[in-house]
Amino acid sequence: MLEFILAAVRAAIPAGTPLLYGTLGEVYAERSGVLNLGVEGMMIMGAVSGFAVAQTTGSAGLGILAAAIVGGLLALIHAFASITLRVNQVVSGLALTMLGLGISGMIGKKFVGQPLAARLQPIHIPGLSDLPILGELLFKFDIMVYLGILLVPALWFVLYKTRIGVTLRSVGENPSAADALGVNVAFVRYAAVAFGGMMAGIGGAYLSISYAPAWIEGMTAGAGWIVVALTIFAIWDPRRALLGAYLFGGVRVLQFRLQPLGVSPNLLNMLPFILTILVLWLSSGQAAKRRIGAPAALMTAYSREER
Amino acid sequence: MKLPRIRFEKRLTSPRWLPVASLAGGLALAMLTIAIIFAVLGVNPLVAFQRIFQGGFGSAYGLQETITKTIPLILAGVGLTLAFKGRMYNIGAEGQLLIGAIFATGIARAFPDWPSFLLIPALFIVGFLGGALWAAIPAVLKTRFRVDEVLTSLMLVYVANEAVKFLVYGPWRGSDTRGFPITDEFSAAAQIPSIKSTRIHYPTLIVAILLAILVYLLLTRTKLGYEIRVTGENPDASRYAGMDYQKIALLVMIISGGLAGLAGMGEVAGIHFRLRPPEAISPGYGFTAIIVAWLARLNPLAAILTSFLLGGLLVGGDAIQIALNLPAATVQIFNGVILLFVIASELFNQYKLRLEV
Repeated sequence: MLEFILAAVRAAIPAGTPLLYGTLGEVYAERSGVLNLGVEGMMIMGAVSGFAVAQTTGSAGLGILAAAIVGGLLALIHAFASITLRVNQVVSGLALTMLGLGISGMIGKKFVGQPLAARLQPIHIPGLSDLPILGELLFKFDIMVYLGILLVPALWFVLYKTRIGVTLRSVGENPSAADALGVNVAFVRYAAVAFGGMMAGIGGAYLSISYAPAWIEGMTAGAGWIVVALTIFAIWDPRRALLGAYLFGGVRVLQFRLQPLGVSPNLLNMLPFILTILVLWLSSGQAAKRRIGAPAALMTAYSREER
Repeated sequence: MKLPRIRFEKRLTSPRWLPVASLAGGLALAMLTIAIIFAVLGVNPLVAFQRIFQGGFGSAYGLQETITKTIPLILAGVGLTLAFKGRMYNIGAEGQLLIGAIFATGIARAFPDWPSFLLIPALFIVGFLGGALWAAIPAVLKTRFRVDEVLTSLMLVYVANEAVKFLVYGPWRGSDTRGFPITDEFSAAAQIPSIKSTRIHYPTLIVAILLAILVYLLLTRTKLGYEIRVTGENPDASRYAGMDYQKIALLVMIISGGLAGLAGMGEVAGIHFRLRPPEAISPGYGFTAIIVAWLARLNPLAAILTSFLLGGLLVGGDAIQIALNLPAATVQIFNGVILLFVIASELFNQYKLRLEV
């Protein structure tokens, strides 16, 4: 039994890592007041560009870097549409997802079925990785897993304890007050949305460079949408993003574990999506009770003339 | 850091031709953008566009197929014009469509001996009910618990997808299908007739066009339609005016879900005559319907025309997949870019844009 649990935790962490990167990025984007429903599109573009670059250069690191750049650039399209042109954020994000799914299919066509030569390797931490049980459980992952974990306190600290964080949150809560204090609202929002896109791109690249590791058309399979839901579940707090991401990583592991027991794979595939709806439902009640919620200016464009 | 700013000046009056011009301009820019994307990805855009047009509109067969694909797009798209007008972002029409297909298949399997004049209306009714039920979930979550309908309606697409697969791979798999994941063929009475030697199941087409007119009249000529429009444009104002937001939100979601369900019913009872895996029933009609609705500027009558255009794009998209060896997802580039430019071009109707550096 203990072995089963350990194996499940061991598998849940890498499974949750793409979600963690995506959610951390979306937390920042939404904190600035911009909802980006294009996460699925940015993740899949990260997955395909990360794979393509890693495969052609032989470097997983370059692949991840490329994925971050591509994710950030795509996010800028949404930023321009929603911040500068002030179009409907729901529709613009949705369009970005469609665009990402389409372009990734075309770019990835020639990589379908190729095994990745330059996949990420688990890193060996002297001492820790050799510990009995614990070493096997917590210290046999690749660098991106640890980086993701380290980003959680770092991004929490920036958000709550630094000037950058205060500025970001003020733009998302009350943009006209921030503007009056001399904050460039549009610039902060552009930066936050671009950061969100870079993180989504990295999350996607983690799928194709480490987790799978291969390119399969549509391989994100809804992960980007789960990220948007996890952002709400996290109540826009990086610490809860970690909890949510690993929880959903665990659900994915559960799917694989239950399948050999004769449970229909189709019913198991529904699990993460049904659970997401339940989580959204529960967090809506919780948020109402604690009087906490979305950044007040989420989904509203800001213009000085119309305040 | 100083960014160039775009200033918006609200238009007090706008010339008659402006909405048409901005839409045409937006579409032209969208095509240009798509052409550039294609060129960058190593596909000759002129060849691709020509093949798409040829495939969708350039032959009698192409036109027949385009009209066939127009049917589910009108149904789902008209429903979405209503939902979006009421500011309910139902982006799960694809799932509602699939549940409509499941419900229709259930009736066709349960009552194969019923005569056609009973069975066909029953199919339409349960198809609508299936989709309406699936849309009611996000609607109730939204109105009672304030859960965002964008995410829940989309999550339910994945659930519906797996539900169809579960049925065709499991309990509903036919006895005579040589191992394919499909149900047995519907009885002849449960098959919606088509125009001879085409796949155009005309009863569904007629119902779709009638419903488009009906929804148009509902929106423009009734008190309820007025309330839906006011709620969509300004939810707060509608509340002050004593309108029942919950009722309106539920209603537009349920109708839009029901129409998507009808679309799914039409696919199984008018074309395939059985339930098949989801990708065989719908190449994403429910998502394309979102573009149908926005491209029609949320006008249900205009949605008939935009359904025809996007139906042609789907048929043409199939053609370039084969001719130019492109993946199925290629059409999504059109969807994404067109949607972006259509919503962006809408701004020019309300504002004058000035660039300040």
